[in-house]
Order: sequence, then structure tokens, then C-alpha cells
Amino acid sequence: MWRFDFYNTNIDFLRWGKLAIGWSILVLLIAIASLVFQGMNLGLDFTGGTVIEVQYPEPVDIPKVRNTLRQAGFGDAQTQHFGTSRDVLIRIPPRDEANAATLSNDVLHALQGAEGGAGVTMARAEFVGPQVGAELVEQGALAALGALIGILIYVMFRFEWRLAVGTIAATVHDVIFTVGWFSLFHIEFDLTVLAAVLAVIGYSVNDTVVVLDRIRENFRKRRKGSILEIMNRSINETLSRTIMTSLATLLSVIVLYFLGGAVMRGFSVAMIVGILVGTYSSIYIASASALYLGISREDLLPRAKETADERP
Amino acid sequence: MSTYTLNQYPWWKYLLIGLVMLWGFIFALPNLFGEDPAVQISGAREHIAIDASLQDRVAGLLSAENLPHKQLELEDGRLLIRFTDPEEQLKAADILKDRLGRDYIVALNLASSEPGFLRALRLSPMYLGLDLRGGVHFLMQVDMDATVKQVEESYVEEIRTQLRSEKILYSSVGRAASGGILVEFKNTAERDKAVEVLRKNLRNLQQDKSSPLSLKLTLDEPEIREKRDFALQQNITTLRNRVNELGVAEPIIQQQGSERIVVQLPGVQDTARAKEILGATATLEFRLADEENDWYQAASTNRIPLSSRLYKDREGRPVLLQKRVMLTGDSIIDAASGLDQQSGSPAVFVTLDGKGAKRFEDATKDNVGKRMGVVFIENKTETKRVDGELKKTAYTVEEVINVATIRDRLSRRFQITGLDSTREARDLALLLRAGALASPIEIIEERTVGPSAGKENIAQGFRAAMIALVVIAAFMIGRYKWFGGIATAALAANVVLIVAALSMLQATLTLPGIAGIVLTMGMAVDANVLIYERVREELRNGNTPQAAIHAGFDRAFDTIIDSNLTTLIAAIMLFGFGTGPIKGFAVTLSIGILTSMFTAVTGSRALVNFFYGGRKLQTLSV
Repeated sequence: MWRFDFYNTNIDFLRWGKLAIGWSILVLLIAIASLVFQGMNLGLDFTGGTVIEVQYPEPVDIPKVRNTLRQAGFGDAQTQHFGTSRDVLIRIPPRDEANAATLSNDVLHALQGAEGGAGVTMARAEFVGPQVGAELVEQGALAALGALIGILIYVMFRFEWRLAVGTIAATVHDVIFTVGWFSLFHIEFDLTVLAAVLAVIGYSVNDTVVVLDRIRENFRKRRKGSILEIMNRSINETLSRTIMTSLATLLSVIVLYFLGGAVMRGFSVAMIVGILVGTYSSIYIASASALYLGISREDLLPRAKETADERP
Repeated sequence: MSTYTLNQYPWWKYLLIGLVMLWGFIFALPNLFGEDPAVQISGAREHIAIDASLQDRVAGLLSAENLPHKQLELEDGRLLIRFTDPEEQLKAADILKDRLGRDYIVALNLASSEPGFLRALRLSPMYLGLDLRGGVHFLMQVDMDATVKQVEESYVEEIRTQLRSEKILYSSVGRAASGGILVEFKNTAERDKAVEVLRKNLRNLQQDKSSPLSLKLTLDEPEIREKRDFALQQNITTLRNRVNELGVAEPIIQQQGSERIVVQLPGVQDTARAKEILGATATLEFRLADEENDWYQAASTNRIPLSSRLYKDREGRPVLLQKRVMLTGDSIIDAASGLDQQSGSPAVFVTLDGKGAKRFEDATKDNVGKRMGVVFIENKTETKRVDGELKKTAYTVEEVINVATIRDRLSRRFQITGLDSTREARDLALLLRAGALASPIEIIEERTVGPSAGKENIAQGFRAAMIALVVIAAFMIGRYKWFGGIATAALAANVVLIVAALSMLQATLTLPGIAGIVLTMGMAVDANVLIYERVREELRNGNTPQAAIHAGFDRAFDTIIDSNLTTLIAAIMLFGFGTGPIKGFAVTLSIGILTSMFTAVTGSRALVNFFYGGRKLQTLSV
């Protein structure tokens, strides 16, 4: 039986607080620069266009498929293998004036008509009109913003504004990092990835709130020690939980990455990146931000009525 | 309080947890059974009865063809025939479609093979989304500009008539490029007269008199809203009829937002045909024939009178009709072919809605003895090769499908006679029905998943969920030993409850939904991790095992609530914004968070109390 323990850790996390914040700002600047200059590799859901996934009975060469498509008038199609060498993913950018409703069928017929294409079947076809894509971008941004504001209000109500700001700083940090990762490595960003980003928001806050809860508890319990010491102590005390939960969630998402099929891959990548960075940010960013915002013991002491309930 | 009684639940708490789990198992149970390939028969129209006699007839047809079936069931106005083998299902569907005729809708279906007692309890398995069962999802947009344009055009004619009858001199009436109707006059005095007349007779039009020689009229907001809404509802009704034609077992046709319609056709494989049938939008217009001018002259010299338009009929012969629209297809409720009772000749019987009837009465009462044409307008798309590239262009085909003499003042019900054959009558009725569409619609989103890809998605999702469960179980047991085992039991219970809740709510399970379940598994153990780490801490602080357990559960509780509620906020935002598959993710994530709070806190507490409570413990292996 294996075990790892972090009971007696006494790592001075916040000693590196300034460094961590500096480092995070640097990384975020890179992420933002990538978003600005390189942009996102937006998926069909957002750009509009047509995606067709077909399956061949035998492994097939991409150049051959490409050639068939070019001859059929789909010179603008992008073709790649998807999962196995029998599966081919074809993307066709949005076309002006085109009621692309029958486009996927035209492509399928073209492939079936070509040599060796008799057994081609359609696994998936998606067409998204440009107006729908634009709306999804807008709604996605709104949902993320709504989630952040909702959480901000909740944490402010439950804790204190500096901690709330720290939580939101940590969460925004995680979101920009995750989205920046997709931009930097040019991974396709589609609707399921957006869902994952929103789940990352939930996860990141979840992780942070546990640390904050402990900070508050220790502030009330311990009369001695500087704010820095108490924060460090709280982070150390919750460290094994932070790591355990992150690992458990990470494991389930890694399973999804390998076994969930090609459609879930982007989702899993976003979650993996989000969990890793979320764990880091709940240790460093949230508490350090609150610290530099000037949080004091009085801010967290219970109001008079609650004192009676406190355990010794 | 003695430490011995610390971790004991009263019997009713165990009972309550037991009841919740029993509920979970019962509702999750239907998911354990597979699905039978089935054929579903329902009536194409409301009056067609699905009864025991049909059941006998179908059974007879099947046995005549030597097609064995598992079961015939009559329920909720439909007949369900189960088969053991999909081949037989397909064959039977073809035969039944052929023999039963157009009165019945014969559709392929997958019916849950749960045993009768579960069906009697009205318990069903989870409702699978299109990405898991295969099928087509369309999002259609109704062209509202065209709707408004149509309304404005009919007003243009109305205004022209009014001005003429009041002898007001105008130089032009027409739709303004920026919307609305623009009437231009030679002088301001005439305009002012028109202002009075139109204010009296067309009071729902807003007037804009800012320029001295013209008058701009616009529809008011409520009227536009009403017309748009009507256009949408009309389209939904028409789509429903067309989907019936396709024979789909559980189609979904519903409004989304103010101008969109979602159509989901589970199990449809031939998407091209589906699009053909759904996408061929058509409208109808009834117009008076222009009998003052000669169509021949108009056609040969191409000099068409201003108030008329030159059309062609189905044989390509030119027909000259007035521009003024008497009635549009959206007023038609029904069109059926039959025989005229007096003459016995083929006829088409048309029924109008109340408004249409009123309008048609007014339009026809002064025109008895004149001829009237019905124009069928189809919106089609065409793929053309331009410079080596395929280009799609949308275009309309306008065709006169019937010209008949108005014999009487026409109202709510009237008939069109003088048709050559019963076939022509049937075709005309079909066209009239197909044209009963308010305005053109366009497919703006389509998602098709092939049936085998759907099956593969389920298999992958199921396997991923199972392996994730095993991996997390191993991880938790490795770290927390027996307590890890309890966490695993709570986790398994959580999955059962999620499945039960999804089955009960009949919420749609999608592939991202399965991802949500897997993710919830990882996050659900967080509550156990929080509790156990706390128990360990309390032990290290020198507390007795029982006190440590008690304090661990107690103190972790607030944190668990805080952390779960924040995740729930994100999940709810996702639900509010999401469409289709993403909504499925938000649903499972939200349900998973709620059920995990129950299983991980109350459920695992009960197990811990059951195994450890009330015993004298020297050490605790956590």
C-alpha cells in the first residue's frame, strides 16, 4: 500500500508570492499576446461552415481523398485523418450565399463515386451558418462572464471582498491560461471546449474556496502569528486535500482523453490544463492577491454573535 | 455526550437513505435493458383510428409475409411492433408502408425492451441525444423580412385602392427601400387629403409626414410582432406535417427564440431526403387574372401593364395576373381532393382560417364571374459550377398551378373544380397544402450523426465512465483504505442516482453529458477527500478516533457546501447559455453536484457510522 503525506509540510508558499504573481503575469501576457496576434483556432461551431466525418472500409490516403474532393469542386476543403486511418474529417469553410444544407450530401456522393469509395459511410456531418457562429461566440462570453460575476457575488457574501477579488483573479488567470494554451498550440476551440472552460471556472473556484475556508478558520482560531504565517499554514494544511482532489479529477479526465473518443479530446485537454493551472492558482494567486490587497485579521474575525459558537 | 454515541444515526436516517437508494435503483433499472428494433404505426391525420382492428390487420400482413415479430402493442394511439432482428424490422417497415397507404405513418423506432412491470410503472430509460442514437438536428430560421415584406405589399395594393376610390392624385405607391410604404404626391394638398383618408381607413399604420410631397407609412410594432409570430407558428405546423411524411418515430419540432425552429429527427439516415422534404419551402398566392389586357400581346411584346405580372402555368403557357394579392397560402387550413357532389367531377376542397375567410370574401364578392389564378412559389437552391467551383444559389420558381372562374362569393370553405383528372385534383391539393407556409425558411445549422457513430459514442462514453470509476476507486482505496472503499461505494451510488435522475426527468443524455458524469466522479470524491483529510488532521491533533470522525464530517461540511455551490453556479450558467449537447453537459454536471452532496456527505457518513459508530476504536486506519 502506497501513501504520500503532506502533514508536516511547512512550505513557505507565500515567500514566493511576489515571484508567483510576477511569473503568472508574464505567462498571461504571453497568452494574451498569442490570443491577439495568433488568435484562436476556432472550430466550426464559431466560424460556421461544414464538417463531414466519413469512414472508409479500408485505410485511405489523405491525398487521394483531397484529389477526389478537388475534382468535385471542393478545392477549399481541408482533409485530415480523425482517430484512425479509416476515418477522414473534411472541413469546408463557410460559403457565401450558399444554402449549405445539401453540401454534406454532395461531398459524400463525390467520395462514394470515386475509386475505392463505394463503402464510404457518413459518421457525422455538421453545418453551422455564419449567423449562428457569431451568436455562439457572444453567448459563450456572456456565460463565462455571468459565471464569474455569480461566483464573485457568492464569495463576497460568504467571505470578504479581498478574498473574493483574489478568487476571481485566480479564476480569470486559469481561464486566460487555458484559452491561451489553445491559442498558442493552435488546438481547435469548439463548443465542448467552451463547456470545459466553464467547468474549469467551477473547478478553479471550488479549489480556491477550500483554501480560503481554512484561512478564515485559522484567522478565527489562532490568535498568534502574522497574516502571512496563517495563510502559509492554511495552505500547508489543505495541501494534501488540494493534491488528492486534483489527482482524482485529473485521473478521470485523463481516462476521458484516452477513451472518450476523438470528439471529447479538446474537452479533455482543456480540463487537464485547467485543473493543473487551477491547482497552482488556488495555492498562489488567490491568497497572494488577497495578501497584497491588504487583508487583515479584523476583516475575517467573526461578528460578535458568532464568537460564542467558536470551538476552543 | 459520550464518544460512543457520537457516530450513530437514528434508524430513520438509515431508512431515509435506504429509500432514496431504492428510488435510485428503480428509476435506473430500465437502463439495464437493451432496445428492440421496432416499427411504430400512427395515424397520418387525427381521425384515423389506431385500434385492435388495425392490430389484427398488421398481424395478418406480417404473417402473410412470413415475418416473425416479438410483440404487438397498442398504446397512446400508436401501434408498436417489436422485432428481434433489424433486418426483419426494415423489411416489415417497407411492407407496411406499402400496404397501409398514406393514412398511416410507418416509422422505424427503437423500443426499450424493459419488462412489462417497469413499463406499467411508466419508467423509461434515459433519453439519448442525437449524438448517441444517430439522427439529424436542424436549426431553421424563418425569413421574417420576407414576412414583413409580404404584409407591406398587400398594404400597397390596399392604399392604391383607397386613394383611387377617393380620387386622390398620387404619383406613386410602393415599398420604401428602408422598409415601410412610401406614397408620393404631386402637391401637399393631395397629400393632406390622403393623410385623412388613410388615417380613417387604415388606422393601424403609422404615418410620417416629414416631407411635404410624400407620406411614409409603417406597420406598428404589435402588428409586426403578430405577423412574425404567426409566420413562425405556421411554419412549425407545416414542418410537423412534412416530418410525418418522413416517418420518424419521435421527432422534435419546437420554437427556439423568436424566429427559429429546431427539428430533430432521431434515427434518420437518409439526410438528403429529409432536407429535400423539409427544405422545399413554398408559398401560395391567389391573384385575380388580368382580363383587361391580352396575355398574348403582353408575352410577345414584353410590355406588361404596371398593375400586372406575367406568369407561366405548369405547361409553360403564359398567364397574366394582377399584382394585387387576394390571399396568401398561410390562410389555408386544409386542402383535400375529392369529387364534386353535383357533377361528380374531381375537385379540391379548400378550408380557410377566419381571417383569411373574411379577406377572401371581401376580395371575391365584387369579382364573381372573373378568373382567379393560384401562384405556387417555391424557394429552391441550386448548385452550379462557376469557374471550377461549386456555387449554391437560392432562387424562386413561380408557377400558376390553377386558374378558375369565381362562381360565387368565396368564404371559409370553397371548392376548385374544372380539373381534368382525380390525379390533377390530388396534385393540386398537395401543392396547396405544401404552399400553406407563411414565409421562406432556411436551414442555418445542421448536425447529423450516423447510427453507427452514435453507437460507437455510447460504447466509448460508457467504457470511459466505467474505467474512470475503477481508477478513482483504486486511487481512493490506495490512499484511504476502508474509508476509500466507503467513498467508492458512495461514488457508485452517485452514478446510480445521476442515471435515475436523468431517467426520471427524461433529460437528454449527450456525449458531453457523459463527460459531465465522468468529471463529476472526479469532483464528487472531493467531498470525501475533504472529510478524510480532516479526520486525519484531527487524529494527528490527538483526538480519539470517534471524535476525529465526528469532527471531520462536521467541519468539512461548510467547505463542501461552499465549494459545490460555486461549481453549481458555473454549471447553471452553462445550462442557461448552452444549446444541444452542451446543455447535456450542464445537466449532468448540475445533477451530479447535487447528488454527490447527498451520497458523499450523508451516504458515506451513514456507512462510516454503520461500520465504526458505537464501537470502541483504538486506532483508525484512514
